[in-house]
Amino acid sequence: MRAQAKLGFILLLMPLLLWLTALIVIPHVDMFLISLRERVGVGEYATSTANYRTFLNEPLYLMTFARTAIMAVAATFITLLIAFPVSYYIAKMVKGRTQSALFLMCLVPFWVSELVRTFGWMILLRETGVFSSLLQWSGLVSGPVEMLYNDAAIMVGLVYTSMLFMVVPLVTTLESLDDSVIEAGYDLGGSGPSILREIIIPHATPGIVSGSIVVFMLSLGNYLTPTMLGGKDSLWFTELIYSQFIVRFNWELGAAFGFMLLILSSVIVWAMLRLTGQTLEKTMG
Amino acid sequence: MIPTIPQPRAIRAAYGAYVALFFIYLALPLTVVAVFAFNDSQFPSLPWEGFTWNWFFGDSDPMIGVFHDRAILGAIGTSVFVGVCVSALSVAVGTSNAFLFNRYQFRGRGVLYVLMLMPLVIPGIVLGISILVFSSTLANAAWDGLKWDIVALRPGLTLVVLGQFSFIATIATLVISARLQKFDRTLEEAAMNLGAGRLTAVRTVTLPFLAPALVGAFVVAFLMSFENFNTTLMLVGSDAPLTIAMFDRLKEGSTPLLNAVSLLLMLGSSLLALMMIAFQRRAT
Repeated sequence: MRAQAKLGFILLLMPLLLWLTALIVIPHVDMFLISLRERVGVGEYATSTANYRTFLNEPLYLMTFARTAIMAVAATFITLLIAFPVSYYIAKMVKGRTQSALFLMCLVPFWVSELVRTFGWMILLRETGVFSSLLQWSGLVSGPVEMLYNDAAIMVGLVYTSMLFMVVPLVTTLESLDDSVIEAGYDLGGSGPSILREIIIPHATPGIVSGSIVVFMLSLGNYLTPTMLGGKDSLWFTELIYSQFIVRFNWELGAAFGFMLLILSSVIVWAMLRLTGQTLEKTMG
Repeated sequence: MIPTIPQPRAIRAAYGAYVALFFIYLALPLTVVAVFAFNDSQFPSLPWEGFTWNWFFGDSDPMIGVFHDRAILGAIGTSVFVGVCVSALSVAVGTSNAFLFNRYQFRGRGVLYVLMLMPLVIPGIVLGISILVFSSTLANAAWDGLKWDIVALRPGLTLVVLGQFSFIATIATLVISARLQKFDRTLEEAAMNLGAGRLTAVRTVTLPFLAPALVGAFVVAFLMSFENFNTTLMLVGSDAPLTIAMFDRLKEGSTPLLNAVSLLLMLGSSLLALMMIAFQRRAT
């Protein structure tokens, strides 16, 4: 019996180890090694930090890196600000069938591909688009207005695309807050803002953290939205990675970029967990 | 603010209006995509030129509908194939992982659990390039050392499946684990007392209990695979799945054909999701 349990354990462990080592750990180590390689001749390589120096010395790369990070953080904040009141409404203000219907309505747009959602915004925002036509028709403007291809359009797309991943964890944590706790807050003389600050937000912290982590990751690693909605000047870091790999065929530099993106995302996720006293197991698992 | 505590009507109304506005914002892009699929024009934009089914069934230039566009139909087929492979792999590995973490206490369990969650916090494009880099290292080594050309390790469907699997497996594991935790293990022991072997007990008692989660994980994995873009973009070869094919079309300039494909996608995924919900309702 003992031997049988051991055999079972090993059989269950194998797929996990195979998956994590062959598809996650070794590829990332290999990517790191490639990023430390410099081409010195035809088919000849030397170990050096040249790719990272290129990254640090080229203002365009650094600017894009910083811009992507700042915009991803901003998108996370905006998503949180928009989603919080809505999640609270779904979790606390309505009950029963209305509640499940509203919740389901939040999920529906995300069963379709991100490409379709981005395409929808293109139809709305472009020069010949719906908004521009409506504005002209109402007489507010005289000619077509181009609302696409700028940073605001990217922001709209990013916030829209990641909304679900904020709403779901928020609704789940807010629902677990007992109504009587909020009532007690009012009984003890609390006002709306003080109850929000002292009771609701502390209770919702795990939801806020896990939602923010996912939204941040999705925005940072997004390729489609910045490419389709952004203009020539609104470069995104993932576009640099793509162009090094697929267009320029400079895998060494591309791998260094990929590694920088990975470090950036890990640092920010770690900082977010640290600041709020959460762990990855608790927020994700 | 809570319903049991009275609030001024103006605040209540403003709150309700905000939520209504939010849902309009959610619905707007999808609605325009759906509506312009029926516009009798070369461009998915105003003015409205009249209603047509041609973007679905049209068979002559310049209006070739979805059902006559070989490339798009082929891409849908590729996506379905990839989706089924990824879902089957993810559910299999996810089930095994769920049992491992639920049933065994061992050294390194915590570390492995965190490592298992990692793919969720690695940007999809980085997962894609790391697998691309590693597979080509392997392929080059096989060629240099043994003169073997391993096609499966070059960008193509095998790599797309592996790339998507690498993070969808985490999600399948989480979905299946959540249900396995609710399982009462004494039921399995009862089955074994009645003479069943361990495997028979798991097969006849535990797995039927897990069925809703297995189906749920399969559907979620399929939808995620179907709409994945970032990881797929880096690993794709000559057979493009639907999202990549649509992206290439969109870059060339869009016709309402893309709206028609999008509408079909919306209908398909909603149908799949509703079926999953119905199945889970019945099971619980």
